[in-house]
Amino acid sequence: MNATLLFVQALNGLQFGLILFLIAAGLTLVFGVMDFINLAHGVQYMVGAYLVAAFSAWTDSFGWALLLALPSALAFGLLLEVLVFRHLYDRDHLDQVLATFGVILFLNQGVKFVWGAAPLSVPVPDLLSGSVEIASGLLYPVYRLAIIAAGLVVAAQLYVLVNHTRVGMLVRAGASNASMVSALGVNIQRLFMIVFGFGAMLAGFAGAMVAPILSVEPGMGDNILILAFVVIVIGGIGSIRGAFLAALLIGLVDTVGRSFAPNLLRLFLDPAAASQTGRAIAPMLIYIFMAAVLFFRPSGLFPVKR
Amino acid sequence: MSEIAETPSAPMPSLTTRLEIVPIVLFAAFAAAPLLATYSGAEGYVLSLLTRVMIFGIAAMALDLILGYGALVSFGHAAFLGLGGYAVGILASHGIEDALVQIPVALAASALFALITGAISLRTKGVYFIMITLAFGQMLYFLATSLAAYGGDDGMTLSSRSLLAGSSVLKNDFTFYWVCLLCLLGAYAFSRSVVASRFGRVLRGTRENAIRMEAIGFQPFRFQLAAYVVSGMLAGLAGCLLANQAEFVSPAFMTWQRSGELIFMVVLGGLGSLHGAVIGAAAFLLLEEFLPEILHSLSFFLSEEARSHLAENWKMVFGPLLILIVLFARGGIMGLLRRPHHG
Repeated sequence: MNATLLFVQALNGLQFGLILFLIAAGLTLVFGVMDFINLAHGVQYMVGAYLVAAFSAWTDSFGWALLLALPSALAFGLLLEVLVFRHLYDRDHLDQVLATFGVILFLNQGVKFVWGAAPLSVPVPDLLSGSVEIASGLLYPVYRLAIIAAGLVVAAQLYVLVNHTRVGMLVRAGASNASMVSALGVNIQRLFMIVFGFGAMLAGFAGAMVAPILSVEPGMGDNILILAFVVIVIGGIGSIRGAFLAALLIGLVDTVGRSFAPNLLRLFLDPAAASQTGRAIAPMLIYIFMAAVLFFRPSGLFPVKR
Repeated sequence: MSEIAETPSAPMPSLTTRLEIVPIVLFAAFAAAPLLATYSGAEGYVLSLLTRVMIFGIAAMALDLILGYGALVSFGHAAFLGLGGYAVGILASHGIEDALVQIPVALAASALFALITGAISLRTKGVYFIMITLAFGQMLYFLATSLAAYGGDDGMTLSSRSLLAGSSVLKNDFTFYWVCLLCLLGAYAFSRSVVASRFGRVLRGTRENAIRMEAIGFQPFRFQLAAYVVSGMLAGLAGCLLANQAEFVSPAFMTWQRSGELIFMVVLGGLGSLHGAVIGAAAFLLLEEFLPEILHSLSFFLSEEARSHLAENWKMVFGPLLILIVLFARGGIMGLLRRPHHG
């Protein structure tokens, strides 16, 4: 267990946490404003990755692909809203879970239909390939640093947007009391469409950013969706600040836990048993963390007051 | 959601009699199926499909006990299928192959897991409850994937079905079918008596208004937790049978998608109707099984290539079909059966 390795893992955790935040932000707003459980949010992340894969094959440039993928992801999210989600707002959570489950089945098969079942790979853009020396003798891939930077920039913009603009004010008001906002003459339906499309675009952006470092494949959004739910539940549903902190915590707990759980256990157990238990416990850590948080604070770390 | 099944509000004798026939017809059909299977010429296929239907019927019924009667949306119920399955698999790999040992162990493990996770989950409400049960399901899923000694990601193949009191009668597909039917009937009779008991009435009361139940002197938490444990044990039993049916156990038993499918079966059949849950499971599995062929024959006007392409991508039809069912068939299949007399 040395400090350099810890530092690298912390950076990886930060990068993972920021990606989670991009996905969780849209999810928590939709959840907070319209009280709508959207299981299909994860497939929007997948769609973002596929769009960038398709566009970068077409344009031969990651930059152009990203520029084209973002509005496409937005349009796609709005299309889903009009076709399916709009009809589910006044239904109970159970119906929403089921209908969006159907959307997942459709889209996972849909990308297989269009792009085939084999994973696609997206080349890392030339400008951001290679590694930099961030400390003496410590190389770190530039592209991962770029993801961290992009995530932080988007998070900062989102903070300004939500806390210092009129739309943001309405969204915050909607998250704490939607019917009151509606009674004050705000078209909550349209507000939601904006939030929803924006959330879909953020998830698509997250998918597009990770496309070069992960393989783009059907179902890639399913497990990340569950993590995004863990994030917003720990953070407190509807709270952007909660989602940000929870996403970073989850990213760090997961990444650092995976590499250090066996080492930590070695303090109490013999090496073979330690690595065995460590490998078993590491993927469960975040769920244990979530259960612990909810045990002490049943409505999350930063509950939105209702 | 607030559909109150089996508590006829208005005197409608013809309707009640008619609905009482549904479970009888259902179980009679299951009992008659092996005969038909023999004549169909594909008995192995028909039997294994229907055995699967009955096993998922038990699991769906287990979920309906808390979802339909207690309004507790557990999104991690596939974990119990996994617990039951792994109890069979792990014990068998250590040479304990008798179902009379395996099943009690599976039930005890399920009860313990339900007791611990239920006690934590029931502190939360609504969406938080859905998510925390999901988290516990995921925990168990990842635990199973990391059990390298028991197959890890790949799962483990059972060398044979469980023994029953030392004899290998379950090897025979017919015997196994009858055992599953017996389990289904037993689970149904048990669940019905639970629902009809004072306990069941309190549970339904907490579904409608937990605060009122508390005010008249019941502690909703205890009743909900007990129901959660019972439901988990029944689903654990289904897991034991499923492992035997497939002669295989893997983490895929307990993915969150599987939990979603269980919820879907319950809703498809009609919330708060025990035989409805079995019908929902049957409808879901049969649709999944035959949709490719249905699509193939419905699209007779297309070219052969397009037809097989369509059949191959049946999930692109299945998904929207689920959405349409949720949007337009409220009350599920039991709701449809009930409707004509209301209008």
